[in-house]
Amino acid sequence: MRDRLLKVLQKVTGQPLNIGDEDSLFESGVLDSFALPDLASGLEEEFSFKVPDADLNPRKFDSIARIEAYLSEHAKV
Amino acid sequence: MPDTSYIHAFGAYVPDRVVTNAELASQLACTPEWIESASGIRERRWAGDETVADLATAAARDCLQRAGIEAAQLGLLIVASGSGERRFPGPASTVAAALGLNATPVIDLPIASAGSIFGLSLASRLVGSYGEILVIAAEKMSTVVHGAALDQNTAILFGDGAGAALVSTRPGRFEVLDSVLHTNGECREDLALNWGSPLHMNGPVVIRHASRNLPAGIDEVLKRQNIRAADVVQFVMHQANQNLITRVAKALGVDASRMFSNIAKYGNTSSASMLIAAAEWEPSPGPVVFAGFGAGFNWGALVARSVR
Repeated sequence: MRDRLLKVLQKVTGQPLNIGDEDSLFESGVLDSFALPDLASGLEEEFSFKVPDADLNPRKFDSIARIEAYLSEHAKV
Repeated sequence: MPDTSYIHAFGAYVPDRVVTNAELASQLACTPEWIESASGIRERRWAGDETVADLATAAARDCLQRAGIEAAQLGLLIVASGSGERRFPGPASTVAAALGLNATPVIDLPIASAGSIFGLSLASRLVGSYGEILVIAAEKMSTVVHGAALDQNTAILFGDGAGAALVSTRPGRFEVLDSVLHTNGECREDLALNWGSPLHMNGPVVIRHASRNLPAGIDEVLKRQNIRAADVVQFVMHQANQNLITRVAKALGVDASRMFSNIAKYGNTSSASMLIAAAEWEPSPGPVVFAGFGAGFNWGALVARSVR
């Protein structure tokens, strides 16, 4: 799952990821309000599930660890 | 379309006071460069004592002058605004009075952001009954920005101003071919302004839906008219954020240079922005598209043919 997640994240950001699992993707500038919907779309496609609007919240996707936790709970991994 | 309608002229008014990114950045603990990269905005205008109706009236006068008609010839006035000062009556009545109209019907559209496209689409379908219709969209978003502690994500975006368009059955500058309007009330809380509360904007959800629905609406109206996006000479949309405008171009498969933009100068003036942009716009002959998206969520698109 992790490799697939990193592949999606890298595709969305368009740059190599040099960030720790717990580091904030938003505070570090890796993600912003425009990139989050793209990340959600990328994850939906990669893991064949839907991210509802109610979950489209920076807090849920603010680090690699949080995204992994979200996928474990909601996606088919 | 029941009657062929034409857009004769656009008009605009923006207040004199220029608020630069540097001025805002000093209050928001960010940099001017960050504001521009996040929004495409370099400066915006903020009104002082002028009301929404004052801004609207100035844009109306500019449009009537460009169209070469008198206010007395109007059969209907439509005024869109999401930042009117009171619950009722809306600014349309004040604008009518300022223009010297005392029996001409007026309609307020309390629709932010997409107000211009809703007004333009409705006018194009009502001209057969009402004759000359003046569509105005006016916003004093600085009052919204200042209604609470400055929030970085919204304070950088908004500006004040008004735009107008004259729609008629008389042949004119743009022949309206078709339009579509849509609303998804499921998302009504994701972009909302309640009396006495700060603006609430769920940015990622707004961006997600705008990025999908704007291209979808444009595609829908173009398909109905058998026009390819690649054949549209220019698009003029609600100037929400330059990054969104670029996204829509990408989704439509057209070069970003086809999307007219003046957001760098005026910021996001909500419903007024599309008509302010149109007033600075001089497209080549051929199909042109107007589009907007905003609170509600409301969105729509209109295709017209520029005839000179």
